[in-house]
Amino acid sequence: MDFDFSEEQRQLGDAMQRFVAGEYSFEKRKAILAGPDGFSRDVWKQLGELGFLALLVPEEHGGMGAGPVEILLVMNAIGKGLLLEPYLPSAILATLLLRGDVSDAAPQSRSEADSPGELLSRMAAGEVIAVPAHTEFGARYDLRHVATKATKTPDGYALSGEKAVVLHAPAADFLVVSARTAGADTDERGISLFLVARDAPGLSMRLFRTMDGQRAADVKLENVPAKLIAENALPRIEAAFDFGIAALCAEAVGALQASLDATIDYTKTRQQFGQPIAKFQALQHRMADMFIQVEQARSMSFLAAMRCTDSDARERSRNLSAAKALVGQAARFVGQQSIQLHGGMGMTDELAISHHFRRLTAIELMLGDTEHHLERFAKGRA
Amino acid sequence: MNLSFTAAEQAFREEVRAFVREKLPESTRRKVLQGREVTAGEMMGWQRILAEHGWGAPTWPKEHGGTGWDAVQEFIFDEETAAYGAPRLLPFGLRMVGPVIMQFGNDAQKKRFLPRIASAEDFWCQGYSEPGSGSDLASLKTRAERKGDHYLVNGQKTWITLAQYADWIFCLVRTDPAAQKQQGISFLLIDMKTKGITVRPIITMDGGHEVNEVWFEDVQVPIENRIGEENKGWTYAKFLLGHERTNIAGVGASKRELQRLKHIAAQQLKRGRPLTEDPAFAARIAQVEIDLMALEVTNLRVLAAESARRAPGPESSLLKIKGTEIQQALSELMMLAMGPLGLFFEREERPDLPAAAEGALSPTYCNFRKTSIYGGSNEIQKNILAQQLLKL
Repeated sequence: MDFDFSEEQRQLGDAMQRFVAGEYSFEKRKAILAGPDGFSRDVWKQLGELGFLALLVPEEHGGMGAGPVEILLVMNAIGKGLLLEPYLPSAILATLLLRGDVSDAAPQSRSEADSPGELLSRMAAGEVIAVPAHTEFGARYDLRHVATKATKTPDGYALSGEKAVVLHAPAADFLVVSARTAGADTDERGISLFLVARDAPGLSMRLFRTMDGQRAADVKLENVPAKLIAENALPRIEAAFDFGIAALCAEAVGALQASLDATIDYTKTRQQFGQPIAKFQALQHRMADMFIQVEQARSMSFLAAMRCTDSDARERSRNLSAAKALVGQAARFVGQQSIQLHGGMGMTDELAISHHFRRLTAIELMLGDTEHHLERFAKGRA
Repeated sequence: MNLSFTAAEQAFREEVRAFVREKLPESTRRKVLQGREVTAGEMMGWQRILAEHGWGAPTWPKEHGGTGWDAVQEFIFDEETAAYGAPRLLPFGLRMVGPVIMQFGNDAQKKRFLPRIASAEDFWCQGYSEPGSGSDLASLKTRAERKGDHYLVNGQKTWITLAQYADWIFCLVRTDPAAQKQQGISFLLIDMKTKGITVRPIITMDGGHEVNEVWFEDVQVPIENRIGEENKGWTYAKFLLGHERTNIAGVGASKRELQRLKHIAAQQLKRGRPLTEDPAFAARIAQVEIDLMALEVTNLRVLAAESARRAPGPESSLLKIKGTEIQQALSELMMLAMGPLGLFFEREERPDLPAAAEGALSPTYCNFRKTSIYGGSNEIQKNILAQQLLKL
């Protein structure tokens, strides 16, 4: 039982915190948000140079072979600084989907020898961005729901179907797409993973912004050429998404702490009835409630980091669902109350707090909302 | 970072588990598992069994007859004994006055009182609250006038848990009425057999006799029964409140009650299916289970920070609030799981009643409303968090 970080981990976390504090002021973020990609290519390159994109890439492909605790520390900083870069989609989810050895439960597929190591190396360096394209319309959070079809061609495969809310698809070089090589739309078996170039023929996108200002697209695939990465990939997808949940929980904790800190600062400064509003007990108790939820969420982010690579998939999912449900509830409560306690100022786009609110809300909706994970937890309960 | 227990800790867990299975009286266990009232004699009896094994004071250092366990061992002990159905160890001696005597008492007091707490020979109760002094404890009025070699104590204490069985009471009394509230208070140890003490029962809404009023009329208390300095009692009281709260998360007992809730809900049918399969009820069970998982990690984090640092800080207020919310949620769900049978309000075992087999669910629901009130109400805990930790 040990809640301390190793010296190397602490240094990594400090380095990321320093980077965010130095390179990602709220003013600079505003300009980035208004830019064409909704994130900064320059920042992405720097993150690559500093090694932050290589954490989950195996050492033989130029990566650092780090684990969930390192990701937790990096994501804390990302949550605090509201980074817009596609860290979760590319450096975590797509990396893990391409790697395929996140969990011992993920079976070795026959195409493992074909592992796109070179792609991982280039992703680690920040030269290439790849994002997952899995969710489909009508699937909600059911990971088995894949209707997109893959058909064999002389050169490989051709994909046809539609993917919903693919984060950062507009800026990605590659998409990691799930599609059926066998089975009905919600079968566990028959889901395969493919690598698709974003500019491949037959791929079209409807672009939009997400609640937190990031860019995304619904992706239409019409006989799009694709390279097979893995067959029967549902366990791999589940393992990668559970790892992603742990990362999101850690990001949320960074944003939650920042929201609580900002709210405390604001209520100590804002004067009404001749005194700082922080002196009013109704608000003090609200902030005490917020503090409790932040600490409970932090505890769950630790649990999530410790359990997200569990080789027992059922136990892993149960723990990750517990974490995501609780963190989602904390995100909603602390997010809403921090706006409430900022009063009218909390409504403005000008203050960081409304951006934290939007990011926290987005986090709750990503990789399974609270209701989904409460249900998954209840069903998986021992 | 590592949330696993070490091999040595696992071995310790096995040792505790084997011990409790062998030594816990079945009649006591049955009452605990059914949520029925465990008598003071049964609670002290269990502590005596532990004391014979050298475990009478699990939270104390070795020099005072304790086990010298670290925070993780204490946690494991609490979890294992609670899971099997051991009653809680009464906190008044072990968690409250014991640590105060260790920290602020003189050698004679340590020698006289501590061994008899660890061996469960003396039964202690706590004399803090008064009719006019609850959350505003420092406004207390019970007066102790110095008369030569003793104090003359007059006044009334209330909500005194199990005072009807107590050999001793530790009291906050006012020794300097002229001083500012917190400054004129002293900490006295009073023999319950002293002339002038009257104990009157308070029956709570669950029908139980757990708490009492204690009246003091010209009660003579020797000066040597004062802890520390005169008029410094508030300092000792604050120290004590911190110790009281670290144990209050009650994770071990809540884990046991969660299993009991699942068991009860699995037995009850809704439209012919177990209640555990009802999505709405299953979600409510899942919610409290998840809250408890988070609290367990939070509890371990607070314990780890404390053992590395110092006495309990304001974080323990978090444990008190969350711990009691979970205890209340569990008792509420167990009652609700019974549907109309939740109306049964029998405290004693009644094999002729169908719901009786599940234990005293509705009385426990009523009784557990106390948890967010005692030990510094949850609103007071939020004041502490807001003012001491968030610096508002």
